[in-house]
Amino acid sequence: MTSSDQTWSFLMGRLSLDALPLHEPIILATFAMVALGGLTLVAALTWFRLWTYLWKEWFTSVDHKKIGVMYMVLGLVMFLRGFADAIMMRIQQAIAFNGSEGYLTAHHYDQVFTAHGVIMIFFVAMPFVTGLMNFVVPLQIGARDVSFPFLNNFSFWMTTAGAVLVMASLFIGEFAATGWLAYPPLSGLAYSPGVGVDYYIWALQIAGVGTTLSGINLIATIVKMRAPGMSLMKMPIFTWTSLCTNVLIVASFPVLTAVLVLLSLDRYVGTNFFTNDLGGSPMMYVNLIWIWGHPEVYILVLPIFGVFSEVTATFCGKRLFGYSSMVYATVVITILSYVVWLHHFFTMGSGASVNSFFGITTMVISIPTGAKLFNWMFTMYRARIRYDLPMMWTVAFMLTFVIGGMTGVLLAVPPADFVLHNSLFLIAHFHNVIIGGVVFGVFAAINYWWPKAFGFKLEPFWGKVSFWLWVPGFWLAFSPLYVMGLMGVTRRMRVFDDPSLQIWFVIAAIGAFMIAGGIAAMLVQYGVSIMRRDQNRDETGDPWNARTLEWATSSPPPAYNFAFTPIAHDLDAWADMKRLGVVRPLDGFRPIHMPRNTGAGVILSGISLIFGFAMIWHIWWLAIVGFAGLLITAIAHTFNYDRAYHIPAETVAATEAQRTRQLAAHQGASA
Amino acid sequence: MSAAHEAHDLHHDTGHGIDAPHVSLREYATGFIASVVLTAIPFWLVMTGALGDKTLTALTIALFAVAQVIVHMIFFLHMNAKAEGGWNLLALIFTIIVIVIALTGSLWVMYHLNHNMMPQMTAHQADALP
Repeated sequence: MTSSDQTWSFLMGRLSLDALPLHEPIILATFAMVALGGLTLVAALTWFRLWTYLWKEWFTSVDHKKIGVMYMVLGLVMFLRGFADAIMMRIQQAIAFNGSEGYLTAHHYDQVFTAHGVIMIFFVAMPFVTGLMNFVVPLQIGARDVSFPFLNNFSFWMTTAGAVLVMASLFIGEFAATGWLAYPPLSGLAYSPGVGVDYYIWALQIAGVGTTLSGINLIATIVKMRAPGMSLMKMPIFTWTSLCTNVLIVASFPVLTAVLVLLSLDRYVGTNFFTNDLGGSPMMYVNLIWIWGHPEVYILVLPIFGVFSEVTATFCGKRLFGYSSMVYATVVITILSYVVWLHHFFTMGSGASVNSFFGITTMVISIPTGAKLFNWMFTMYRARIRYDLPMMWTVAFMLTFVIGGMTGVLLAVPPADFVLHNSLFLIAHFHNVIIGGVVFGVFAAINYWWPKAFGFKLEPFWGKVSFWLWVPGFWLAFSPLYVMGLMGVTRRMRVFDDPSLQIWFVIAAIGAFMIAGGIAAMLVQYGVSIMRRDQNRDETGDPWNARTLEWATSSPPPAYNFAFTPIAHDLDAWADMKRLGVVRPLDGFRPIHMPRNTGAGVILSGISLIFGFAMIWHIWWLAIVGFAGLLITAIAHTFNYDRAYHIPAETVAATEAQRTRQLAAHQGASA
Repeated sequence: MSAAHEAHDLHHDTGHGIDAPHVSLREYATGFIASVVLTAIPFWLVMTGALGDKTLTALTIALFAVAQVIVHMIFFLHMNAKAEGGWNLLALIFTIIVIVIALTGSLWVMYHLNHNMMPQMTAHQADALP
């Protein structure tokens, strides 16, 4: 080794020009497009002088509403990336027959399905769900903000740093080619010597810090900051499901962190926790990661159950049927989700007693879920249902999710699982519950709370186009996988020998393209609605005649949410207030104490990004500098005493007077 | 106005004042000494091999670890059944349930896997597998 080589490897670790995918035309073209798009965006932001605005009003904001919106934007951007991966796989599988190799190399294809899974779970579903909870929960409980506003901003930026690392792996080096949970020994150093798995580990670890902290934050918020009178059993269902989800996050994410630390130790310092020899056990990794992994699916779906509960009650115009049973079902699911993890690896070789225990617990967990479905149906029973978009998505969810749940119960039977494990049936099942549950729920939530967030409703036309492309498209894309799974076709295949299967994959690809159309229509819906926002203004703050406290304030809510902390007397506090004709206070405003914006979150997460990148590429000096920088910045931030300010009473009075005029104008217009 | 006061003030609007637990130097000192002792004994057990049997040593260390956790909770985290209106206790119970599930479950699962997947199988038996 020459001395210049040594200098290079000291300065840059494993990083060299070879890491750039110059020999991969597909990635190169993607890079060109992303670079072009990115440059255009930067140029546009500079041209319209938006940087200061973004930095001051959004990036450094500690307002839970703005952070919630930023989470949703992050989820949407990553959703497009994750979907691009999905449609690449669909095309590959539809054409790789009769000796054709398709258009993706094996190594590339493996990275595509790994990235698809990782992105969709960690950087799409999680930001969507966290974003919703962030935006809605404080409003729903009548609070000014979350308990720890700065921590909230920091959490968001850590999640973003993880997402940036995953995106960077597309163009610098490679991503893991191991499947979304990176099972060893495949993910160990012996079989994955490259940087792919390291990208995976550090992206998840950095994002995991954000997720855990936001979990703690929201628990503290719900426990400590509810409006006076709002006892636990008067909390809106969405807040209840959020509480349970965040309890799950706080209890399960440390397991993920620990198991990834052990895997990193195997890869970085040569320990043997999960290797095949020297006492290591790869099966322990599978066991541990599913102790996190199963609660994770309930972390995603519980808040969505909350969304559907709010939507159903609102659009049926009556109180949710069986509120307490809904709460108990949620709590039971929270506990039970910890005793089912083995159903993800029935075939790993446990005995009959272990497999039947976990099979039975898995079937038991479908009972509280079933109870919830009946509650929604009984709420709809004899109600005057308004089929606006949120309600349409809810009905689509109920029909779709039930099928997904039933195939789940099928898979819970260990002997059946031995046949269906690792097959496309499993793929169809979990897409059925995640798309039919989480994704449909997020769309319902976006359509439902958009007017609250931005002050105008979404255009229903393009939303309906999106709906009618999405729902049949979903069924077209995944029914063939059920069929093929029953025939024994395994997952993660790149080429196929049996030409009779091709037609099924072609149908699935057509479904995927319909979904692509649905996504396009959704983006058009947002664009059109923003352009025509003046025609769709929500002046009342309560466009759906809804029931919970977030609709008591204006749309969009002022920075302080409520001029006076509302008092809850009943479940569905806002419906109660409307029924009793509670009058909005018009004077006597006092200065409101609010947290101040800070750039510390952006800076800390930027340094974490550099630290993670240095660890991935073995640039040790930079990793040391980055870690020291993290500590110093974090400590320095604790000396920042200038963290809060008062909104003067006059400003509050002016804001509220504006709302009074708006309400009066609206009443005059509708009278 | 101090930062702590301001942070307190921020929550004051919602009517949920936070009552800080009573903390004394004496408590911290007791906790510190207890945790040092609880760390030193396991070290000594491993260094000298005083108990002879490795399994027994491991079990003893595990017990000391549990004692250590309890010391931290009482003397450093100032947890008791009444703090935070019972939420601390609830969180503790939940934590214990989850840890017990994860630990016993993992031990059970891994024992079964070892038992079923690592038998001293002869080539003949392996061939006879379905």
